[in-house]
Amino acid sequence: MNALLFAPELVLIIGGLVVFGLSMVSVPPGAVRKITLALALCTIAACVLTLPLKGSLFYDAYRVDLFSQIVKLALAAGFALVLLFGTDLKDVAEDIRPEYYFFLITSMLGLTLLASSVELLTLFLSLELSSYSLYLLVPMRDERGGMREQMEAAVKYILFGVVATGIMLFGMSYVFGLTGTTYLYKLLPAMHAVMGQPVAWVALLMMLCGFLFKLAVFPFHFWSPDVYQGASNDTTAFIASIPKVAAVAILARFCALATPETQAVITTLTALSIASMFYGNLVALVQTDIKRMLGFSGIAHAGYILLGFVTMQALGFATALYYVAGYLVMMLAAFLVICTVSPTGANVTIKDLNGLHRRSPLLAFTLAVSMFALAGIPPFVGFMGKFMLLTGAYKAGHLMLVIMAAINTAISIYYYLQVVRAIYTVPPQSDDAIGLEPGVRVASVVLLAAIIALGLAPDAIVQMTSTAVKAIM
Amino acid sequence: MDFLTMNTFGFPILSLLIFLPLAGAVVALMLPGENAVKVWSLIVTLAVAALSLPVWWGFDTTSHLYQFGEHAAWIPTLNINYTLGVDGISILLVMMTTLIMPLCVLGSWRYITTRVREFMICLLIMETSMLGVFMALDLVLFYVLWEAMLIPMYLLIAVWGGPRKTYASIKFFLYTLAGSVLLLVAIVALYISQGTFSIPALMGQNYSSTFQLYVFLAFFIAFAIKVPMFPFHTWLPAAHVEAPTAGSVILASVLLKMGTYGFLRFCLPITPAATVGLMPFLQWLSVAGILYGGFTALAQQDMKKLIAYSSVGHMGFVTLGIFALNQRGIEGAVLQMINHGVTTGALFFCVGMVYERSHSRELSAAAGLGRFMPIYVTYLTVFSLSSLAFPGTNSFVGEFLILAGAFFNNKIVAACAVPGAILAAAYMFRMLQRVIWGGTANPDQSKMFDLNWRETVTLAPLLVFVFWIGLAPEPFLKAIRPSITNLIAQTAYTAQNSLALTELMPR
Repeated sequence: MNALLFAPELVLIIGGLVVFGLSMVSVPPGAVRKITLALALCTIAACVLTLPLKGSLFYDAYRVDLFSQIVKLALAAGFALVLLFGTDLKDVAEDIRPEYYFFLITSMLGLTLLASSVELLTLFLSLELSSYSLYLLVPMRDERGGMREQMEAAVKYILFGVVATGIMLFGMSYVFGLTGTTYLYKLLPAMHAVMGQPVAWVALLMMLCGFLFKLAVFPFHFWSPDVYQGASNDTTAFIASIPKVAAVAILARFCALATPETQAVITTLTALSIASMFYGNLVALVQTDIKRMLGFSGIAHAGYILLGFVTMQALGFATALYYVAGYLVMMLAAFLVICTVSPTGANVTIKDLNGLHRRSPLLAFTLAVSMFALAGIPPFVGFMGKFMLLTGAYKAGHLMLVIMAAINTAISIYYYLQVVRAIYTVPPQSDDAIGLEPGVRVASVVLLAAIIALGLAPDAIVQMTSTAVKAIM
Repeated sequence: MDFLTMNTFGFPILSLLIFLPLAGAVVALMLPGENAVKVWSLIVTLAVAALSLPVWWGFDTTSHLYQFGEHAAWIPTLNINYTLGVDGISILLVMMTTLIMPLCVLGSWRYITTRVREFMICLLIMETSMLGVFMALDLVLFYVLWEAMLIPMYLLIAVWGGPRKTYASIKFFLYTLAGSVLLLVAIVALYISQGTFSIPALMGQNYSSTFQLYVFLAFFIAFAIKVPMFPFHTWLPAAHVEAPTAGSVILASVLLKMGTYGFLRFCLPITPAATVGLMPFLQWLSVAGILYGGFTALAQQDMKKLIAYSSVGHMGFVTLGIFALNQRGIEGAVLQMINHGVTTGALFFCVGMVYERSHSRELSAAAGLGRFMPIYVTYLTVFSLSSLAFPGTNSFVGEFLILAGAFFNNKIVAACAVPGAILAAAYMFRMLQRVIWGGTANPDQSKMFDLNWRETVTLAPLLVFVFWIGLAPEPFLKAIRPSITNLIAQTAYTAQNSLALTELMPR
């Protein structure tokens, strides 16, 4: 076995063990975070190093190729950024912080494994590793107000999560029963052959459930606003962005099992997409808590992402990946501001952002750009991603879906604009300037540059992802 | 690429025009002190204006091709290119934009007191996207710049605006964005049908009439909101009234023109059958705008609102000229776009200058200024006369050509538009009478001081153009003529009686 192929995962495993060890002794505060940050940077380096590599591990259950390594790189970069701006975990008790970082790392490890898994059980185990760590991260928040919101969120998260996973497992059992294999590369021809039968596409749809849940597609969305609201700001920053990238990657692998003639799957995904967009955007209109609003907006964005999957073409999947990479940076930019603005780590309402441009121009600009980008205004990545998704869906003949998506863009602009309005036009309650640590500054400039650069020069990344996606189809 | 005459300057002059302000904005970010930023912005906008002169001098007035062309691949996956060029329809708009911007910087010198740096950066980014919109020959490039403009314009209104800035800025943003989402779908539809985003390549293709109708409607909503055509105009008075002076000027002079430019650049040549089919409706909407704008302007007490509603009327004339679909009408419309930019821009500057002194835009508060501000009222009179299309001023030429064109096309429609010209005289003279003489109940104006040299310089170039275009329009018309002839050939429309009449009337 070539250990280099497994380098990013190895780095994470070793780092996880180190942090686990530290959780048993007392260490100076901040040290664990620095170690985790260093670990994240090492993971990025390992991903870059392994980018050109190709190979199989663990009896072909684990494949390292361009596709998996691009996804891992995106995950690692997001992870590093989350750590960079989540400077002091304001809302997590000091004595459990090492455990917090440990679970963050194991969740990250699970997602990284997920990107390379090409066998159903491996894939399932990786997904569970990442999910269970997240279930534990959600309640790790200081109690405030006696409402036990974090507990409620965690219970909702785990209940919905387990149900979705159960359905997925059930679907996998059908797939195994139909084809007699759990290896994706054997499943691909075997499933294509039987796709005409209802049981095949029902099984496939059930298998998609686990990942539609991660993406918070309607009707698997119920957890998302509550978890966003209940979990601490830093945890939400992680949950809202990084797992979505892995989910889209696996959805691409699974959707490749269907053929472009599988009308039932396409129709179902179209319906889910339209429902997600309308539900997410309409409910987001009336939110006052910005994390909750982003939760609903995330449901809508999951609907947009499905536009890439209904095409059932490599370019569509590649565009969905491009879009979710863009979504990652847009969300991280938004959460950077949310985490920094909140003085005690409490939730941030839109009112709390009033007059932010007087208190910190950089934060105000970052959040405004992120909102405009999420709304799909050029020249930011949100526009280019949406434009490519629309083009792909139109090309595949989904005119109605494209018009629905366009209408939803118009609906969504209102609530994004509400945030910008608060930042720029409403006078602040206090004029205290918000001090920024250098790490936050760097992260915010990096994210701004990424939002603009990904939006103006999408060609390189789209071509890279299409090459990568073609290899898995 | 046969529609493009490549640039022969040896350097990409159009790209330079587009990106110079943007580079200036980046530099402005680092300059120390607000005065330095002001001076720097003035230098940058003047440099852009100077750089645009070779474009005018080198423009071949005998050709309808897109000139000074630039072409580079941008996103090859989707066949999206970075294609630039100017033709007769866009050349004057480009020149006007580069002329207006230094004046906007000058006009904001004292008006803007807070966050000067950010203000100037917004202005410079606006210039980049406005020039880009007029030069872009690729639909995606066009759309990106068209939408990107919303952000700095939103901030101009929302941060430096008047008391109801929140309402006005959100209304502006929502209206414009909602209008252009279906535009995006239409762009995608055109791409799927022809495999290209190149605007000239999409012209003159054989689309089915249903397809044309849908694409036309999607384009129409976006552009009609931007113009704004009645009944899509309601964002305009709010935005104009609340925006700072420079914002109002940019809105009136340049942004509104993008709508009418869009009609000429997209609707007429890409969907000619739909345009001809819907022509009567479009003409009547224009007339409705002319009359509605005129009547509403007559009732205003707020000077900015008055001018804003007058814009609805003037832009109604422009769309009337465009949808007359003949040489005279469209020539007049293009010229009137420039005239309106010059005249209404100047009027907004005038209102802003009074506002800087009295902090009121009410007509009653500005009554009786004539004795104390002689230079100011002279300017105001000339621009008002121009606004009501007094012979000898620029708007007369434009409105005359438009009405002549409209009469060729449809006598009844044109006859109904004529009262609009009378209404313009009524509301403009009403304003002039109040501001210059007022009545017995004038407020004490003795503290008002006349224009200083900076303000005089700001308005002087616009005054020159009022008379230049008014007395010698031929150089301007000559530049736009070949493109318009070509445009009319592309629409392949001849009105029933227009041929006979054009024979009778010598040009």
